[in-house]
Amino acid sequence: MEIRWDVFLIIVGAAIVTFIPRVVPLMVLSRIELPEWGMRWLNYVPISVMAALISQEILVHDGKLSSLTDNIQLVAAIPTFLIAIKTRSLLVTVLSGVIFFMFLRWVFTWV
Amino acid sequence: MKGVKDCVPTLLGYLSIGLAAGVVQKTAGLSIAEIALMSLILYAGSAQFIAAGMIAASSSPTAIIITILFVNMRHLLLSAALSPYFRHLSPLRNILVGSLLTDETFGVAINQTAKKNQINETWMHGLNVTAYLNWFLANIAGALLAQWISDPEKFGLEFALPAMFIGILVLSIIGRGKIKRDVAVAVIAVVIAVASSFVLSSSMGIIVATIIASTIGMVVEKWR
Repeated sequence: MEIRWDVFLIIVGAAIVTFIPRVVPLMVLSRIELPEWGMRWLNYVPISVMAALISQEILVHDGKLSSLTDNIQLVAAIPTFLIAIKTRSLLVTVLSGVIFFMFLRWVFTWV
Repeated sequence: MKGVKDCVPTLLGYLSIGLAAGVVQKTAGLSIAEIALMSLILYAGSAQFIAAGMIAASSSPTAIIITILFVNMRHLLLSAALSPYFRHLSPLRNILVGSLLTDETFGVAINQTAKKNQINETWMHGLNVTAYLNWFLANIAGALLAQWISDPEKFGLEFALPAMFIGILVLSIIGRGKIKRDVAVAVIAVVIAVASSFVLSSSMGIIVATIIASTIGMVVEKWR
């Protein structure tokens, strides 16, 4: 139940570099009026960042493109996308995605 | 309370990732107290996974902190995207909103703006605090569980994070009514993120892809 000194330093340092990018834009950008193109740019950020995160999760492993035929995550992503579009529910999407993935891995290890 | 309720759909995703994080941190040799501290003051899944991995590999504190800084650069973009909705707040209240911002609470919040065109501050706190407590509990539960589970991968938990991102992406596109343009921007982001990950670190790849794809979306919208 102890906290080591070096681990404590790592946690505090990491917390600071996590806190700053979370907070500074909210503080600064809400003081100044953004031009219209800036607002429009920010509108596309969520979609871009989510798409980029997904692609790196399921397409890239260790800095290399994963093999397309042997990528269970990619196969599971297809029904997960369809479920998301169909149900429009985050909970159902996450649940069924995990179940698809579990099932696929079970199938792939048996084939 | 409405914010608490709107957070519920993400809780399961969080719970599973938090459990996985707890297991990984414990197997990396961290104590329960250290895991508790990490989930409470760091509060970032990707950063915690990285910290655990690098501590296990005895990396220097400086290397760990710099790596985490890069991974967290994407929060700049999330925080900036939310700023228009909180411009009426004082700096201190903006700090409170921002300090618990995550990919997931951001996703739920931006979804809310698509539905209502604005975000209520109390709603945002309800959302953030619910996610925060759930994350803490999941980390501790995972740490306790680590003694018993030998291979957590069997349960498909590692797909919880991409599945949640997929849900957030689809929901935010559907909510906006600019489907063709949004899908085009998403595809561009995917291509750039994958291509740039061969030359850059994956977190830099995400930043580059986000900046370029959003710029293309903005420019295309302007010309129409």
